[in-house]
Amino acid sequence: MLTISSDIRAKIIEHARKDHPDEACGVIAGPAGSDRPVRFIPMQNAERSPTFYRFDSQEQLKVWREMDDRDEEPVVIYHSHTATEAYPSRTDISYAQEPQAHYVLVSTRDESETEFRSYRIVDGEVTEEPVTFTE
Amino acid sequence: MAIEVRIPTILRSYTGGAKSVQGSGDTLDELLSNLDAEHGGLRDRLVDGENLRRFVNVYLNDEDVRFLGGLKTPVGDGDTVTVLPAVAGGAS
Repeated sequence: MLTISSDIRAKIIEHARKDHPDEACGVIAGPAGSDRPVRFIPMQNAERSPTFYRFDSQEQLKVWREMDDRDEEPVVIYHSHTATEAYPSRTDISYAQEPQAHYVLVSTRDESETEFRSYRIVDGEVTEEPVTFTE
Repeated sequence: MAIEVRIPTILRSYTGGAKSVQGSGDTLDELLSNLDAEHGGLRDRLVDGENLRRFVNVYLNDEDVRFLGGLKTPVGDGDTVTVLPAVAGGAS
């Protein structure tokens, strides 16, 4: 189960809406081992594409080092799908390499409603999980 | 001669859980072969034929080695090599 604040949910959706029709991506960091996503880090989509995303490798190094220095880990890795449902694609699954992370997908295909769903992806296996929003 | 190599969580099964290991070589290619002698299987997770796998990012100090010379990138004593899983995906 993913527990995340409504405030961070709003920031993720805002980022996804802003970059639409390109995919948006980012990380929510939290203290290592805590499973608490607290620090919102929007990332550049180096691909600037409506069907693909990739963290810019230099930005990723900087952010990953910062997390290391602060004893944090990527608790949530999020990205948007802009024309399809918020479900991991084959590409998403093949790249998923953080077994401890919650993979959050949002879909901006509908103008007024944004799907927000969370998954575990371990060894190519996808499991959807409930999401609880806190104040 | 020692080069520090930082290993991401997903690959620490090859290093007995260690976050970083030491190796030697004059190029990244040699370094990864050197590491593989002690940490069997690690090289194969990073290299596909003549190139780095697209699922990983490898950095020499602060630079992505894809912009330096890939596997042919010269490395030396005191350098730090960092391996990170690439974060990518998308609808297609």
